[in-house]
Amino acid sequence: MAVLRPAGDFDRSYEQDMSLVRQKWQWGVLIAGLIVLFALPRLGNTYIVTTLNQIAYTVVALQGLNLLTGYTGQISLGQAAFMLVGGYAAGLGAKELGLPFYLSIPFAGLMAGLVGLIFGLPALRVKGFYLAMATLAAQFIIPWLTRQPKFERYMGGTNGFIEVPVITFLGHRFGELSDFVYISLVVMLITTVLTINVTRTRIGRAFVSVRDNDLAAELLGVNLFHYKLRAFFLAAFFAGIAGSLRAFSQRGVGTQFGYGLEESVLFLGMLVIGGLGTNLGPFLGAIFIILVEDLALWMGATLAETFPAQAAQLLTSFRPLFFGLALVLFLIFEPRGLTHRWRLLKASWRLRPFAR
Amino acid sequence: MDKRTKRIRNLFVTIGVALLVVWLIRPYTNWILVPQQIINGILNGGTLALIALGIVLIYKASEVFNFAAGHMVMIGAYLVWWFAGGVGESALISLPLWAAIIAGMIVAVFIGFFIERFALRPMTGQPLLAIILMTLGMAQIMQGLTTVLFGVTPKGNFPAPFSPSDVFNIPIAPINDVSIVFLNRLQLGHARLATFIVALLAAAIFVAFFNYTRTGLAMRATSENHELAQSVGIKVSRVFGLSWAIAGVIATLGGVLLATLTGVSLSLSTVALAAFPAILLGGLESFLGAIVGGLLVGITVALVQTSTVVEVRNSAEIAPYVLLLIVLLIRPEGLFGQKRIERI
Repeated sequence: MAVLRPAGDFDRSYEQDMSLVRQKWQWGVLIAGLIVLFALPRLGNTYIVTTLNQIAYTVVALQGLNLLTGYTGQISLGQAAFMLVGGYAAGLGAKELGLPFYLSIPFAGLMAGLVGLIFGLPALRVKGFYLAMATLAAQFIIPWLTRQPKFERYMGGTNGFIEVPVITFLGHRFGELSDFVYISLVVMLITTVLTINVTRTRIGRAFVSVRDNDLAAELLGVNLFHYKLRAFFLAAFFAGIAGSLRAFSQRGVGTQFGYGLEESVLFLGMLVIGGLGTNLGPFLGAIFIILVEDLALWMGATLAETFPAQAAQLLTSFRPLFFGLALVLFLIFEPRGLTHRWRLLKASWRLRPFAR
Repeated sequence: MDKRTKRIRNLFVTIGVALLVVWLIRPYTNWILVPQQIINGILNGGTLALIALGIVLIYKASEVFNFAAGHMVMIGAYLVWWFAGGVGESALISLPLWAAIIAGMIVAVFIGFFIERFALRPMTGQPLLAIILMTLGMAQIMQGLTTVLFGVTPKGNFPAPFSPSDVFNIPIAPINDVSIVFLNRLQLGHARLATFIVALLAAAIFVAFFNYTRTGLAMRATSENHELAQSVGIKVSRVFGLSWAIAGVIATLGGVLLATLTGVSLSLSTVALAAFPAILLGGLESFLGAIVGGLLVGITVALVQTSTVVEVRNSAEIAPYVLLLIVLLIRPEGLFGQKRIERI
């Protein structure tokens, strides 16, 4: 995408060309934004804390899915299952191996990445819809494995969950969510820098070439075998990290907490609504859909008070309904997502008053 | 090596592998259950085959893979249940079962037309991911609508014509001297048998429709090549709409058949998901493949339950998906599909 820059803004050195934050005022905005972000949980509002935490780990999972689906063009319906793997790896790593949390989070990513590689293998032979089916198989097989009575000792068996210990760091217990949310936010910022750098360097450009035309990419010397597997590994790695954050913040992990096919579909929907193949997309999509779902929950709860006889159906029906409607409307009217709208807004601001 | 020898070689290899597998699992299988389970598998597979047929139909006509098929099945079952007066005392109408099925099908036709016109036609020319997500989005909407209209509790009062306890007994000669009572007969449940016969009849009607009627031939022509079909005067958009309408009818029928066995509940959509492995096994573009795939998936699920190893028995719910992975790795185009899928 051509970068629109105002007149007089040009680079004098290679470092300047490669820098992510270009100007002094952008540094100012960034630091101010971070201060606001880190001050929000201190307001003492539980809703803000929970939502912020949920957004943080969802964004991490979406960034992984974005690398795989948005940049490499491989459809995955199994992101929630890889999150589950990461959650279990983090929980078991902390509980059984006694890993400190700053090791168990990357450990979770690594384990999920390895499982992702296994289910990415069919990508070498099939693509498009067939690949979606292979990842759909992962979405059914992995949660089923965690529910097996044989693994009851480690994965909770038919209970469907295990408890995850509270993490401690430098003598401080992160038992309260309002404390833990800072770990989520920091991890989210690290993965954000990571994805930005992955997508603008060699490997990211190779991903894009695989997406746009795999035959041409191969002629240019991109090894499809390696790069597709790398995309699968990265997607599952990020999912694993997101799963570990979710496991530590919910203090438990397992199929009782969700991690089903609906969630994988939800992730794909968030990505499309945010904008596929853009680094801003995961943020906008996660924020938008999580807020819409909260609105649906609130509406359901309010209506359930008025009609207590239908409470059960009112509480559960609005979420899929609202999400489905948002997804369908975005696909029809703005398939390029919220990011595209944001860019249009920026461009029109820059070109004012000569164009609208 | 020419094609014929290759085919014969493949046949022998397949039979050899199958025999080897049977020999390997021999000590871990409860063989006396096998004949009964094969029958159950075939009978259950019939419903899957019918649902798979609906998905293949849409794929052939418009190259859209309908991930909402499971939810169409669920909605179909709920509609028939509602028209048959399932709500109870406060029901607006209470039709006999046959009329309720017809009424449900008519509504399903409109739902099919609606989905095609307002959800999928704007998607023409969009990438695969967008189209898959569109059907997934429709599935979510249907899930929400069904929940808000009919509630979350499963409905046990589906007016099924048979109860699960009605069975035909086929006497067979006792094998050796095994002293287990049910060895002397095979059971054919009325409901399952009727389901199977209806599924096969419906499949036969659709095959005839596609081979002998003008509309059916137009639909096949469209599935071969959109532009050529347009140039001989077939209205492609109408064919798309029609294929969704017929898929709605098939889904409703599948929903009724599933509901006869399990009752009406929101989980019908997940039960119907096993139709996807069936389609890939049979090959995406083949009606015959959909039927054979459905039967094979049904038999696999049933046979897994004959194992003496409890872990294998537990795996019945994921057996279709394991089968799916094996098919994808060995023969991605399926048994009867065209080898058009691009190899990388």
